[in-house]
Amino acid sequence: MGIFNNRNGSENGYRKPARYSAFDLFRRGLSRADWPRAWRKHDLRPSYDVVVVGGGVHGLATAYYLAANHGITDVAVLEKGYIGSGGSGRNTAIIRSNYLTPEGVRFYDRSVKLYETLSADLNFNAMFAQRGHLTLAHNDGSLRTMRWRAEVNKLEGVNSEVIGPDEIKRLVPYIDTSEDVRYPILGALYHPPGGIIRHDAVVWGYARGADAYGAHIHQNTEVTGIDVVDGRVGGVKTNRGDIATRVVVNCTAGWATLISGMAGVRMPISTFPLQAAVTEPVRPFLDPVIVSGTLHVYVSQTDRGELVFGASVDPFTSYSMRGTLEFTEGLAGHVLELMPSLSRMRVLRQWAGLCDMTPDFSPIMGTTPVAGFLIDVGWGTYGFKAGPVSGETMAELIATGKTPELIAPFGLDRFERGDLMGEKGAAAVGH
Amino acid sequence: MILLPCPYCGLRNASEFRYVGELSERPDPNATGIEDWRAFLYMRDNPAGWTTETWFHRAGCRRHFVVERHTVTNEVRDSRLPAAQLRDREDERATGGNVADDRGGATY
Repeated sequence: MGIFNNRNGSENGYRKPARYSAFDLFRRGLSRADWPRAWRKHDLRPSYDVVVVGGGVHGLATAYYLAANHGITDVAVLEKGYIGSGGSGRNTAIIRSNYLTPEGVRFYDRSVKLYETLSADLNFNAMFAQRGHLTLAHNDGSLRTMRWRAEVNKLEGVNSEVIGPDEIKRLVPYIDTSEDVRYPILGALYHPPGGIIRHDAVVWGYARGADAYGAHIHQNTEVTGIDVVDGRVGGVKTNRGDIATRVVVNCTAGWATLISGMAGVRMPISTFPLQAAVTEPVRPFLDPVIVSGTLHVYVSQTDRGELVFGASVDPFTSYSMRGTLEFTEGLAGHVLELMPSLSRMRVLRQWAGLCDMTPDFSPIMGTTPVAGFLIDVGWGTYGFKAGPVSGETMAELIATGKTPELIAPFGLDRFERGDLMGEKGAAAVGH
Repeated sequence: MILLPCPYCGLRNASEFRYVGELSERPDPNATGIEDWRAFLYMRDNPAGWTTETWFHRAGCRRHFVVERHTVTNEVRDSRLPAAQLRDREDERATGGNVADDRGGATY
């Protein structure tokens, strides 16, 4: 992972991007020289060893770890819009690993570990702030699930515990912990390593890293078909021309069913929009991330001071990313239930992203019945936090041909076996 | 889609309804292998385009009905009673139950 250590080295005729440092910032500030492009534009080659469909955090991380960990650099990342324009730029940037199943906890914990060192590894400030993560319980049922999660988390070595209203009030003074409200707070699952990150920076950091190793990032390049010959991938058709390849990785979110459909692979996925909103910035007052399953809401305050709100997915499937007034109204009501003092805050904007929901709220990763067609899909509402570990494990799968133990429970064949990985109690806010 | 046409009640706010899911044919549990049964349980077409699905009017007539909706634009082109569809399938007539002479209901 030392590509940015060797400054201004030249390889294949390309100048490696400059290493970012405080000194460099100072030097360029004085000279006012332009910063070099963080990643380049390329012509589409007629063939690549590996084609990654989807230029979000999962696709770019896969390309990066293929090069960094396995030396595979003849890789194309195809993105139909601009990189990070899908779920990677639309999520609420929450990172945590306090899941319910041991398999889920191990997997997401590896992702948190990778996120912890990501800024140094990529030489790109991802602004990861581990401010803690609180999942509130408003009834006995939730409290029981919290205890269950805390015990599973502790067994897997993840810092996670159930705390009471007094401790919650100490961590978040502005929260209403009184008992004469509709949904009194009985306790919370406190997860200190959780936090928020700058999601665009993660995308850009991986793009810059993958590009420095020689991977090609093709924006505005839409996949229109996948050639399958005798049950094996032969190539990809795009709006910019055809590519011959033996390995295609579907790293899309929202369009995963359609891309898999091009290879003739059916998916157990329904696509729902999920809406989020952000307020005007105010002074810092909210340190941890707050999640309430009962109230279908999560809140965090960004480094700029804006409050970011997310909710559960919309009530019906759609590929439309339009916002609704109904969402904002419901959200405001729920947020005020938690923090009545926010009643004068103004919402700056709202947006929606697409979530590929699976029946068990776990992702689908690994091989498919079509040889050479790999999937990293079904990321529902929890894809961003899993970006690094997904890239790392998918890269290992491509390079070695063996499914890493960490993702073996998430194979597509689990639906045939009926061996589902139920994460609904920890992955969803609306249940 | 802010308003959804219920074949019984007419145009109503979408928040009155519950989305049930894609319409798919339930295989005969006695004559189906476990793989086909699980494919029926879990696999979805999930198209970006026209789809046929079941909705439930939970804050109205509390009946299920069939909607044809475009999943990209959320435009609705047909909303009908499930019974009308069951009638088209001779072999399922016996299980249909509600097969009154109400084919199509209101059309939109």
